[in-house]
Amino acid sequence: MKIVVCVKQVPDTWSEKRLDPADQTLDRAAADGVIDELDTYAVEEALKLKESLGDATVVVLAMGPAGAAESLRKALSMGADEAVHIVDDALHGSDALATSLVLAKAIEQIGYDLVLLGSESTDARMGVMAAMLAERLGVPQATLASGVAVDGTSLRVTRMTSAAQEEVAATLPAVVSVLEKINEPRYPSFKGIMAAKSKPTSTLSLADLGIDASSVGLAAAATKVLDSTARPPRGERTIIKDDGDAGARIADFLASRKLL
Amino acid sequence: MASPFTYTARSSSSSSDYPLDDEHEALRSTVEEFARDVVAPRAAAMDEDGAFPYDIVGSMAKMGLFGLPFPEQYGGMGGDFFALCLAIEELARVDSSVAITLEAAVSLGAMPIYRFGSEEQRTEWLPRLASGETLGAFGLTEPGGGTDAGATRTRASVYDGQWVIDGTKAFITNAGTDITSVITVTAVTGESGGRKEISSLIVPVPSEGLSVAPKYSKVGWHASDTREVSLDGVRVPEQNLLGERGRGYANFLSILDEGRIAIAALAVGLAQGCVDESVKYAKQRTAFGQSIGNFQAIQFKIADMAMRAHTARLAYYDAAARMAAGLPFKTQAAMAKLHASEIAVTNAREATQIHGGYGFMNETPVARFWRDAKILEIGEGTSEVQRMLIARELGLG
Ligand SMILES: Cc1cc2nc3c(=O)[nH]c(=O)nc-3n(C[C@H](O)[C@H](O)[C@H](O)COP(=O)(O)OP(=O)(O)OC[C@H]3O[C@@H](n4cnc5c(N)ncnc54)[C@H](O)[C@@H]3O)c2cc1C
Repeated sequence: MKIVVCVKQVPDTWSEKRLDPADQTLDRAAADGVIDELDTYAVEEALKLKESLGDATVVVLAMGPAGAAESLRKALSMGADEAVHIVDDALHGSDALATSLVLAKAIEQIGYDLVLLGSESTDARMGVMAAMLAERLGVPQATLASGVAVDGTSLRVTRMTSAAQEEVAATLPAVVSVLEKINEPRYPSFKGIMAAKSKPTSTLSLADLGIDASSVGLAAAATKVLDSTARPPRGERTIIKDDGDAGARIADFLASRKLL
Repeated sequence: MASPFTYTARSSSSSSDYPLDDEHEALRSTVEEFARDVVAPRAAAMDEDGAFPYDIVGSMAKMGLFGLPFPEQYGGMGGDFFALCLAIEELARVDSSVAITLEAAVSLGAMPIYRFGSEEQRTEWLPRLASGETLGAFGLTEPGGGTDAGATRTRASVYDGQWVIDGTKAFITNAGTDITSVITVTAVTGESGGRKEISSLIVPVPSEGLSVAPKYSKVGWHASDTREVSLDGVRVPEQNLLGERGRGYANFLSILDEGRIAIAALAVGLAQGCVDESVKYAKQRTAFGQSIGNFQAIQFKIADMAMRAHTARLAYYDAAARMAAGLPFKTQAAMAKLHASEIAVTNAREATQIHGGYGFMNETPVARFWRDAKILEIGEGTSEVQRMLIARELGLG
């Protein structure tokens, strides 16, 4: 069984993010890059599946600039077996559609029974990648997973949505996106860190994937960011303490803002 | 009102700007993350209730921290002593109790067995110690004295192929946890040429006649387990002699030489934690309409604190590098331990000052650092002892 885990390098969650004024894309140089935290849950789930199934290979896959190799290395030191890094200057500014095109091609090339990834990235927060990948690969998808079980080629997933908890089943191959609730990612051990050095790592370019550079990148994006302004600092807050008339005062406040 | 000290998750800079090789840096940043995300949020409560954090120690074990300097054949991680020091420093940046638990278990508990044990002793004890499933302790100090270790009163002699040990050990770290599996003790095993012969003996836990007193009420290191240990006719097999008979004194002195580098790392971690907390507080606390970090008096204090942490770090890096290269490192280790422990105390005092009244409240991290710092000038050789060692190396006395 082969499990491919998509990992994304994102700006450190705690750092201030900004857009590059030149092309309105994320300024990746402005903040330290780290592995997307949600993706570490996907890596952990893959490692747990491998441990329980015995016979499985975990391949971690990242698309991103050179720095993304750091995220792959972290996943390898957690225990993944192989890493594949798609790096190509023409990818700069790719939107979710282009990203899913590239990742899907790579996943097909690597071969897979199961694709795991975080349910959204902490930077773009689109939450669409699992669905797009499943569509492009032509396989079932189960998003927002809080539990995954594999038995032979049958897959069972517990989905947590804001409305309900669902048990869904599918036949592999499939794409599953995971929630934080699913597990507690391990910290790499020193042995894992040392072992990561000698694990197979390969890089792929757009040419290797047979993708035309004009179908990805900023120019090919389906949407354009025309302009952006930083979110203004939070203004004066009004705190209403309940002295018996709080309801009325809140209504007045909302009315004064033309919200009522 | 909410405490202003709720932990903000990431400090802006890494503690170490010294270029480490990739593997050591990956380990350092992993432990930094663990310390920040798992240990720091619990530190104040652990300090308050003094309970030994079995779950945190379990997570540290899973990360392989207890096996860092041991080869894989004994269940270790195949790293080195420097890797252990980096882990201890990062833990001590947020909490000294878990850092000393690791330091004592590895450098005092397991290391003597690795350095001086027979192949049988190594294979029997090291795997369970290196995995962190159980903890080891080292009993040298006695109620009657620690510095003058030659004055040991604990005695052991062989009857019917067994050592019978009688005596009391004081202030022994990790001696009384639920997962303590072994205490190595020093004991007088005879006399030769009018001098006491001191040897080390491996005492399994539990053993009949071995008991630990209730936890001491300590000034700091609240979540670290420290106990008085009584040995009342404890019998262990003759082959539990660790290293050569009569070499116990020399052997533990060499263990303490290494241990000093690890204690220096712990002290540097505490000193750096004082910098981290002070920078944060100086930016957020306002007085006279501006942040106190705008006052030069505060800036200079923090600049000095950062300088002290940095220079002490270089001192222990140097001692560790010499040790790794097989060069003499005794003096450098003594200097690193002496300097790092003294600057840790200074930084803790200054950090407390910067925090004003909140600095005197137990829940404030730097108040805990202040209480945790003092022992660093006492344990594993007092500052006086370090100065004596350095002076002796200079040919004095
Ligand atoms: C929390 C904690 C944990 C500890 N963990 C352990 C442990 O795991 N294992 C262990 O064996 N011990 C442990 N110790 C003991 C510690 O190592 C000793 O307390 C320390 O070595 C000092 O010994 P002492 O307390 O007997 O002081 P003493 O030796 O009585 O010293 C008292 C004072 O006299 C000074 N002094 C002594 N001799 C001289 C001299 N010749 N010249 C100048 N000054 C001198 C000392 O520097 C000190 O200032 C621990 C102690 C504490 C508090």
